[in-house]
Amino acid sequence: MTGARVLAVAALALLAAPPVLPTYYTLLLLPFMAYAVVLLGLNLLFAYAGLLSFGHALFIGLGAYTGAFLTTHTPVRALEVILLAAAVAGAAVAALVGALCVRYVKIYFGMLTLAFGMVFYTFLLKFYRLTGGDEGMRVLRPTLLGMDIGAMPKTDYLAGPYYYYSLAVLALATVVMWRVVRSPFGLCLRTVRDNPAKAEALGIGVTRNRWIAFVISGVYAAVGGALLGPPIGNVDPTLAYWTQSGNIVFMTLLGGFSHFFGPVVGAFAFIFLQDTVMSVVPYWRLIFGAILAAIVIFAPGGLMGLAARVRPIEASRS
Amino acid sequence: MTGRAAVSEASGEALLEARDLVKDYGDFRALDGVSLSIDEGEFVSIIGPNGAGKSTLVNLLTGVLQPTAGAVRFKGRDIHGIGPVALARRGMARSFQLVHVFPDLTVQETLEAAVVSRLGRGARLFAALAADREVKDGALEIAELFRLGDKRQALSRQLPQGDKKLLDVASAFALRPEIILLDEPTSGVSTADKAAIMEILVGASRRIGLRAIIQVEHDMDIVFGYSDRIVALHQGKVLADATPSRLRADQDVVDTVIGRRRGNP
Repeated sequence: MTGARVLAVAALALLAAPPVLPTYYTLLLLPFMAYAVVLLGLNLLFAYAGLLSFGHALFIGLGAYTGAFLTTHTPVRALEVILLAAAVAGAAVAALVGALCVRYVKIYFGMLTLAFGMVFYTFLLKFYRLTGGDEGMRVLRPTLLGMDIGAMPKTDYLAGPYYYYSLAVLALATVVMWRVVRSPFGLCLRTVRDNPAKAEALGIGVTRNRWIAFVISGVYAAVGGALLGPPIGNVDPTLAYWTQSGNIVFMTLLGGFSHFFGPVVGAFAFIFLQDTVMSVVPYWRLIFGAILAAIVIFAPGGLMGLAARVRPIEASRS
Repeated sequence: MTGRAAVSEASGEALLEARDLVKDYGDFRALDGVSLSIDEGEFVSIIGPNGAGKSTLVNLLTGVLQPTAGAVRFKGRDIHGIGPVALARRGMARSFQLVHVFPDLTVQETLEAAVVSRLGRGARLFAALAADREVKDGALEIAELFRLGDKRQALSRQLPQGDKKLLDVASAFALRPEIILLDEPTSGVSTADKAAIMEILVGASRRIGLRAIIQVEHDMDIVFGYSDRIVALHQGKVLADATPSRLRADQDVVDTVIGRRRGNP
């Protein structure tokens, strides 16, 4: 089965989910789609630029709080404006943070991004007059494409219009990222990943390309974060905590970072695995730790790597 | 075939000029007042025993290192500290002594990256690379010049060592530079393949219109067979800067650098 066919089946399944699946599972797909957007951006940085960020929860939190602030402190309700504002905020902060971080690589890059993530978490926690502190901020129901459907019951809203809106955002984010990684910029980014000295000798700016990738990944994470808020109705500082950064790295490894759709598959697996394991055992983190160890030792290519071994499909090589 | 046939003829000021270069690493002086100039149309070899300062000189000429003192001028402009990226964009390319490839890129992708850089398209985020005929054709031309045409889909890390070396050099040629610096282009290659590689390099140089070639080389057959001029370094200083025939007549250079006595082959 070709990769295109698998993708088509997956897209049809997502389209058909709300009328087919129980509402509980449809609602579970909402954070999956939000995290999938985040992970498309994170994987640009990791798989294509070779930089593993341990602080991307900063941008998730930034996007989520952008939505919360706009809906509770301003007349803005349009989700289009919220997503745009989150993207702009993500770009601005990523431009500043990335300007320092991308001058370092490997563990130093990881530690710097972790540090910035925790600075933002602390800001959210301590500046409670602005952010609500540990209680967080409410996120009021946004309008979608100008439609004010405030009267619709929340579950119907989330499992209906909001679900398809999120799916459209995910589809658009996927198409855009697909173009980016297959662009001349995407190729130059891979040269920087593979051999920075050789890339420079060919006139390819290492720092500049890493920085652009960092900004794009920050935008994606902020947009994904903005999508997380409305279903919960509230955002709090834990969205920016370092364990959140660890979760999205886990999702990336679980799905397989060498494949374009690997992290998206990882997000899907993580969300449903977490839901299943948490309902069975109280110590779900113990189980997830064991799963992570097993992936690293036995299946470093993640779920997509395993699938390629069992049933070869046209892989989209990073 | 001599090197002079490889590059285009022209007259005028020196294309690349190094004046009184000094490079210190702490208390150790690697280069001590080295001066040389490369004129248009020249094929110049830099030779010397290990520790003579060849690698340091190469890294200074290509902007990787900054000199402690002295200056390097390329096309009349000081290139002090501009770095390898800016220097590549100005028209100087290099290959490395140790093979440098992009392990997870194919031969085709490697050459396309160089062409993308040359055409200034590296910032295009949404253009479809697969549809860019100019990039594709540019990469294909270089691949065929370097006899890598039938290996374009091979991953760089899976190539034999000789082909990796060719790819390293080919990607530098894909920039269509005005001057190229080859750091031991035949190192790690079998004796039988060395001549073939040099013929490929000379042919490619003529085809893309290179204005000058500099090489660092240990193989004296290649040095004397292709060079218009040879610069011999020893302990950080220029021992000699002369044509191959004059160098052979200089016993000091022969003893110090080449290591053969007069009258012996």
